[in-house]
Amino acid sequence: MNQEILIQLKHISKSFDGETILNGIDLDIHDKEFITFLGPSGCGKTTTLRIIGGFETPDEGDVIFDGKRINDIPAYQRHINTVFQKYALFPHLNVFENIAFGLRLKHTPEQEIVRQVKDMLALVNLKGFERRKIATLSGGQQQRVAIARALINRPKVLLLDEPLGALDLKLRKDMQVELKNMQKQTGITFIYVTHDQEEALSMSDTVVVMADGCIQQIGTPTDIYNEPINAFVADFIGESNILDGTMPEDFRASFAGHVFECLDSGFAKGDAVDIVIRPEDVDVVAPEVGMLRGQVSGVTFKGDYYEIIVDVCGFKWMIETSDYVAPDATIGLHIEPDAIHVMKKSKYSNMFGDYSSFSEEFDELSDAEAEEVEE
Amino acid sequence: MTRTSSKPPARKRAPSFATLAVAPHTVWMVLFIIAPLLFVAYYAFTDANGTPTLSNILALGDHTETFFLSVSMAVIATFLCLVIGYPLAYFIAKLSPRAQKIVILLVMLPMWMNLLIRTYSMMAILDDGGFLNNFLMRLGFDPVHIVGTAPAVVFGMVYNFLPYMVLPIHSVISKMDNRYIEAAGDLGCNGWQTLFRVVLPLSTSGIISGITMVFVPSISTFYISQKLGGGTFDLIGDTIERQFQNPATYNVGAAISLVMMILILISMAIMNRFSDDEGTVIV
Repeated sequence: MNQEILIQLKHISKSFDGETILNGIDLDIHDKEFITFLGPSGCGKTTTLRIIGGFETPDEGDVIFDGKRINDIPAYQRHINTVFQKYALFPHLNVFENIAFGLRLKHTPEQEIVRQVKDMLALVNLKGFERRKIATLSGGQQQRVAIARALINRPKVLLLDEPLGALDLKLRKDMQVELKNMQKQTGITFIYVTHDQEEALSMSDTVVVMADGCIQQIGTPTDIYNEPINAFVADFIGESNILDGTMPEDFRASFAGHVFECLDSGFAKGDAVDIVIRPEDVDVVAPEVGMLRGQVSGVTFKGDYYEIIVDVCGFKWMIETSDYVAPDATIGLHIEPDAIHVMKKSKYSNMFGDYSSFSEEFDELSDAEAEEVEE
Repeated sequence: MTRTSSKPPARKRAPSFATLAVAPHTVWMVLFIIAPLLFVAYYAFTDANGTPTLSNILALGDHTETFFLSVSMAVIATFLCLVIGYPLAYFIAKLSPRAQKIVILLVMLPMWMNLLIRTYSMMAILDDGGFLNNFLMRLGFDPVHIVGTAPAVVFGMVYNFLPYMVLPIHSVISKMDNRYIEAAGDLGCNGWQTLFRVVLPLSTSGIISGITMVFVPSISTFYISQKLGGGTFDLIGDTIERQFQNPATYNVGAAISLVMMILILISMAIMNRFSDDEGTVIV
């Protein structure tokens, strides 16, 4: 990214009622990029967004916008607009007046307002909805009105706070594509908050993974997925088998009772490390030729692949394979050097183990929890 | 479904819980609300001997002046309550939840005392030889003649009925989703613009019920006008009260009451329509 820096967060800290929400956030946001704050509920992503929007003031640190410190500039004077969680459309105004709201405040001539609102409605695919009442719109339509209401002010930055959270899956996928297109079309910097890793990976230029009020990793979606910096990121983004290991020497990793060839180097001899191996990077082979051997304890059909859980000396691996494997069968596992990702130990080591307690239902439960509003 | 076949024959069943639960209230309503209303209607259309007549209704023309005085005073009092009560309700709603409880308690505190006692003590304070004037004279000012003037009556109404304006408005504003206010700021509203473009329109339902709850008792009051008006103000409530003190004029009193009731019902219906369209769609 060689574009100029538009927003800088410098060592931002914030606490509510003695509870630290943000702890020393440093971040550069470039002009015209689509950046996503990704993290579980309570990680501070929404608070960071609200600080940029001017709805919260940081206890410590500076917010720099276009080279100027804007800590004390109220929201209404910032060239930033927001698409709020659950939209916050004004129920006493119709669609037209909701979208025209910002222009009316600027005393834009009526003709100009009518023209621009029309353009906006076309942009968000809501032609002819001018006179509709907000209460008569579906969630997806309200979402579009909220985007139009923000974009009509031609902000330099658009903040989006889990805007797709209330939509059903199909609509959400469509909106992801549309949002990305809108961002390209308008050239506005989008700052997007979500707890949905798939959403973050598919839309963003840059992903900022947050946990416990700190930034864990900043990078492109590919970087974040392929080179997670610690066990938290590896676990949060996609599925991963995270194992304890050591580095006996450069390009060698020892884990699961076996020494593997790998591509990582630069660790001290015998350093304890975390090893990440993605489920799709493990090959199932005959038990005799496998580097590891284990017993299949669960098989789930996923449509284009099988998700199997394999017990290797007590550690349950998740493996995605296109070939059917019978439950209770003994299989061999083969791991290529480039499938092994070595990470330094962090405070998140050992918090994410294997897949012995894995259940999809539980996964969804924690998702629903994350949708609660952070405040 | 367009089934029009006859309903199954009604079976004899024990009365449901819901029926039993509302029974006391039903009895109460019939005895003390519906029956008296029928009496009022009966008296309004009969003369002292019970013969049907329209003369009571036709006699209402004599009270036109009183009627308009009552309406204008009630309108002024309601307007003042709104102007004082709205900002008060707004600022209370912005306090911490703890502080809100205390201030709301203070607003309601006078309502724990009887209206007659409150008005009587107001009279004692404001009277020519009352507490206020004694105080002013001690400070060396001239006494002010308050009781017996129109402003005193309006003041009495505002003083007594202000809580009825503050409470419903406060309830609406305090429940208002803060995101609407943030959204207004986000789109460029400063504090005043947020108040007038978002908060005020979104609290219409509270304003409507506040207006109704202040206007209705204001227009029908008689005690406030008698005490603080010093006997010089004859409002419609006083007129009705006087008719009922003399058995001979029961019928005229009933006629005035009936017409007042209908007028109030009509104005409330108009108000409610207004609030249905505007205020109650807060999602």
